[in-house]
Amino acid sequence: MQFESFSDFLNMGGYAFYVWLSFGLSAILLISLVISSNNNHKALLNKIAQQQSRENKLRKLAKQRQNDASSDVQEVVS
Amino acid sequence: MMFEANLSYRAVFVLVVKRDLTIALRHRDDIFNPLLFFIIVVTLFPLGVGPESTTLTRIAPGIIWVAALLSTLLSLDRLFKSDHMDGSLEQMLLSPQPVFILVLAKVFAHWLITGLPLILVAPLLAVLLHMNELSYGALILTLLIGTPVLSLLGAVGVALTVGIKKGGVLLSLLVLPLFIPVLIFATSAIDTAAMNLPYSGQLAIIASLLFGSLTLAPFAIGAALKVSTN
Amino acid sequence: MWKWLHPYANPEVSYHFSVKLTPWLTAIAAILIPVGIVWALAFVPADYQQGDSFRIFYLHVPAAMLSMGIYVGIAIAAFSSLVWQLKLADASAAALAPIGAIFTVIALFTGAAWGKPMWGTWWIWDARLTSELILLFLYLGVIALHNAFDDKNLAGKAAGILSIVGVINIPIIHYSVEWWNTLHQGATVSKLDKPSMSVEMLWPFLICFLGFSFFVAALGCKRFCTEVLARNSMRPWVRALATAQEKK
Repeated sequence: MQFESFSDFLNMGGYAFYVWLSFGLSAILLISLVISSNNNHKALLNKIAQQQSRENKLRKLAKQRQNDASSDVQEVVS
Repeated sequence: MMFEANLSYRAVFVLVVKRDLTIALRHRDDIFNPLLFFIIVVTLFPLGVGPESTTLTRIAPGIIWVAALLSTLLSLDRLFKSDHMDGSLEQMLLSPQPVFILVLAKVFAHWLITGLPLILVAPLLAVLLHMNELSYGALILTLLIGTPVLSLLGAVGVALTVGIKKGGVLLSLLVLPLFIPVLIFATSAIDTAAMNLPYSGQLAIIASLLFGSLTLAPFAIGAALKVSTN
Repeated sequence: MWKWLHPYANPEVSYHFSVKLTPWLTAIAAILIPVGIVWALAFVPADYQQGDSFRIFYLHVPAAMLSMGIYVGIAIAAFSSLVWQLKLADASAAALAPIGAIFTVIALFTGAAWGKPMWGTWWIWDARLTSELILLFLYLGVIALHNAFDDKNLAGKAAGILSIVGVINIPIIHYSVEWWNTLHQGATVSKLDKPSMSVEMLWPFLICFLGFSFFVAALGCKRFCTEVLARNSMRPWVRALATAQEKK
């Protein structure tokens, strides 16, 4: 340990502002990059899932309509 | 535009240059607007910095060169745009002639239209900025060798952004950093000439940049155009 | 000879591979970075000339080295995508570009914060700082081009061409800036000599550098996964993944 006490460590030999500014800002930048990357990943997966469920719903509706139409035809025939 | 399969490379080159020059002469404001921009930007500097001739002499090479960069950038936008809009660019890429020649011809024609007038006007602006009399030759020579480099490098950026709707601002972001070496060596050549020292070294470096970009840039432009017209 | 590589050209295989790789890389980075930083902050003796401000070095130099290394990596990926038509290489280039830009910003900022107590000013037009600034512009150009296209594959190709042009230009820009700097030396404050590294200073530096490299690798893997998913969002395996994720 190069410093006598914790307050000495915080003081950084008089360069506290510059040292902690650069370390702090770098940490903030890197952490926010990590968070945004993770968020992007999750958002993308959600988007794909959403799109898929929407397509499934549309497909189901289309099938239903087709069934309805064919039953209508049957009614007319009978 | 019709291409016969057995045209020689030189014939293709001349044909494309002629075509582009004809089109440019029909739209004269495309030539004059960047030139006017160049002149106006240069006249703004004395108004902003002040009319002392010593300051102006000191910063004249930088101003003229930066203004030349900006006006080249401005004129680059229309290098491939109209051809892309009316589909003749795709025709050109589909033709049996090598893309290298076609692209080189287009860039050369563009330089004739926009670079050459810049060089002709530059001495006039140098007078306005009280440029050192010893450095006029250097100014002309650096512009003569340097502006083709700008056109070639800029064409890479234009080829990349031609398919994008708001390509204009993006183009400057892509291309301006690549212009830096030319700017540094050109202004330093002019400064050196003002001190009555030999500036052939800087000219040689700009010339090597020119030949480097002359051989490499057309490949990049061709590849970029293929991506953009996809 | 290269046959073992072929399965990894399949997006699904390489996706699962990098998903598996990510926690290991993250773990190594999570061990190395705190060790290196604490060592650098608390245990390294202060520089006899620069005092404790020297500790910024352990952040500044790795960031600067990585910012350049990542750009070269992007250009290599772009080149291999251009030559061998590897679409995944484009995905990795797209994944790396923002990381490189962040490291460039860190290198610039820590350089300024180090320069203020040493040179007395936040910014000087020093050759290395100027080249780093131009590198940031090149990064921003690549990222902007990536975002300008709707089609991710087209974006990857266009940005790849730009990054190759940029990497050819980087040495030219660097040497021209260096030359420009020596030419205009008169106005600048006298530069400090490179601190000669003693062994006790070298070790924490190496640990910091390795730690940040593993950090880049881990985050790059994560972002690469996202890019692969985005480019293959219509494939069944991606859809199965997405539904599985949603059910959780």
